[in-house]
Amino acid sequence: MRRLGLILVPYLWLLALFLVPFVIVFKISLSDLAMAIPPYTPNLDLTEGWAGLVSFFRELDFENYVWLTEDALYWKAYLSSLKIALISTALTLLVGYPIAYGMARAPEEWRPMLLMLVILPFWTSFLIRVYAWMGILAKEGVLNQFLLWTGLISEPLIILNTNLAVYIGIVYTYLPFMILPIYASLERMDESLLEAAEDLGCSRLSAFWLITAPLSKQGVIAGSFLVFIPTIGEFVIPSLLGGSKTLMIGKVLWDEFFSNRDWPVASAVAVILLLILIIPIILFQRNEQKQREADG
Amino acid sequence: MKKTLLTLTAGVAMSAMAAAAEEVRVYNWSDYIDEDLLTKFTEETGIKLIYDVFDSNDVLETKMLAGKSGYDVVVPSGTFLQRQISAGAFQKLDKSKLPNAANMWDVIEARTSKYDPGNEYSINYMWGTTGIGVNTGQVTEILGEDAPITSLALIFDPANAEKLAACGIHMLDAADEMIPAALAYLGLNPDSHDTKDIAKAEEVLAAVSPHIQKFHSSEYINGLANGDICVAIGWSGDILQARDRAWEAENGVELAYNAPSEGAMMWFDQMAIPVDAPNADAAHTFLNFIMDAGNMAAASNYVYYANGNKASQPMLEEDVIGDPAIYPDEATLGNLYTTTPYPPKVQRVVTRTWTKIKSGI
Repeated sequence: MRRLGLILVPYLWLLALFLVPFVIVFKISLSDLAMAIPPYTPNLDLTEGWAGLVSFFRELDFENYVWLTEDALYWKAYLSSLKIALISTALTLLVGYPIAYGMARAPEEWRPMLLMLVILPFWTSFLIRVYAWMGILAKEGVLNQFLLWTGLISEPLIILNTNLAVYIGIVYTYLPFMILPIYASLERMDESLLEAAEDLGCSRLSAFWLITAPLSKQGVIAGSFLVFIPTIGEFVIPSLLGGSKTLMIGKVLWDEFFSNRDWPVASAVAVILLLILIIPIILFQRNEQKQREADG
Repeated sequence: MKKTLLTLTAGVAMSAMAAAAEEVRVYNWSDYIDEDLLTKFTEETGIKLIYDVFDSNDVLETKMLAGKSGYDVVVPSGTFLQRQISAGAFQKLDKSKLPNAANMWDVIEARTSKYDPGNEYSINYMWGTTGIGVNTGQVTEILGEDAPITSLALIFDPANAEKLAACGIHMLDAADEMIPAALAYLGLNPDSHDTKDIAKAEEVLAAVSPHIQKFHSSEYINGLANGDICVAIGWSGDILQARDRAWEAENGVELAYNAPSEGAMMWFDQMAIPVDAPNADAAHTFLNFIMDAGNMAAASNYVYYANGNKASQPMLEEDVIGDPAIYPDEATLGNLYTTTPYPPKVQRVVTRTWTKIKSGI
């Protein structure tokens, strides 16, 4: 009985925070646009009883999904989001791995301090930190003024409102999500393995590739998913730092929802985004599971 | 954990108490009021004022159509107001609670009744035009002394836009403003709902789109004032505010606003009370406070927008009432146009066109 309760809790959690909202969004995606409050029809009217229920379901259809296939905008936006998410994940890994490595190899008494430094930016609002980047990257911003002052450039660089600014913003924001799991896996590593390798005549570089890299694989995979999954649907960073050419599905969704006031199509876009994300989320879960089993 | 729970409960209890005291929640455009007025309102009436801002009609409309926004006073522009009235989003004003309505300007009321027949649901807050803000120093340096700074050709002619791209052009992220502007540039009816005309407007905008740094409806105020950008199509008062900020900063940025010679859109921001406003009485008190001649004059003197309040005019500063960019003279007034809401099918085409213009897809 107690066991049943323990199993039930996570499922109730899933039901309340995932399944119910999903069903609502899915229902709206099958509805039609209307100029009313709320701006779609049909709405379930329980007072009409069975007949109301039947006519409610009759009016739902997949028209909005057909609409999504008819316009190149949508799949281009999905692809572009995937591309931006993949590149950002690779860049974050490139920047994050050396940091995590340095942290794990630092003297033990420094490590809590270094960890603290990685987590510290979370103490300020995410929005404010992205705004700060606008001040840094603007044409008359801090970075350009510094570079002009040093004489490295003679014309200000245009970085804000380009894809480059989006990459900088994403790498900066999601870096801790990459560093922490890699650090965790590196810190657990038994360093005597490296000593053994060196004793047996292995160079430091090949020792890294043969021992450290495979042992930190789980951390790299976990970190990559933690960056990749939220980046696909990212809206705030591209809308603040990106320009008109930055095409991401989060912005398309915003346009459908706010500019077109077309909740049904916006919901259809969201449902498909979720379906796309389910694959990496399942892979992520598998990876976690594997790691737990390896640890257990 | 227990402690957090306790503080949480205390917080909930406190907010419940605050709700018992009279309050009013206002949702207005960003950079759109003299904030001293907000404290003055609470001092005079004892009503707690919660003031939030937005920068696009789309965001406001989405909140209105979702219902139960929690706001008591909102400020949609004309065409949006009209559409939201038809969706049943607003309640009729109780004129007996608005004695200051006598201060309003009949000329503006006649125009706003196009959107809200008889002005039953709304009062005019501010009105203005959509035009061109120019950093005169940078633009004349690039295009020469005879740069067409009063014409839409400054931006809509790709030859000009290409040269100005280096110093930065911003455009409003509002299809219902930019498509009429492109139609005016072509000499067509700016209020056209014909999709063929919209396609012609698209050609104009798509040709210059690669040279536009950003489509955004509020960043250009800071951008112009700091010298980050040199041209923006934006709202009159916002550009005049940018001009003022640059003056105050003494950063050498000289800005000018012009209503385009091809015709400029005239728009009206109307205060209305949502149908499900929790504090409709306090909302009326707020509207009446805003319609006070002295208060309205203070607001206009601060934000550089014209208002629909006749009695406030003697109290306006000379650089507001005397500036034809704010209170247009007869000649400019004849050159202003207004628009009406697009029907849903055309709206779809307009928004899709706009996305295509912005992203190239």
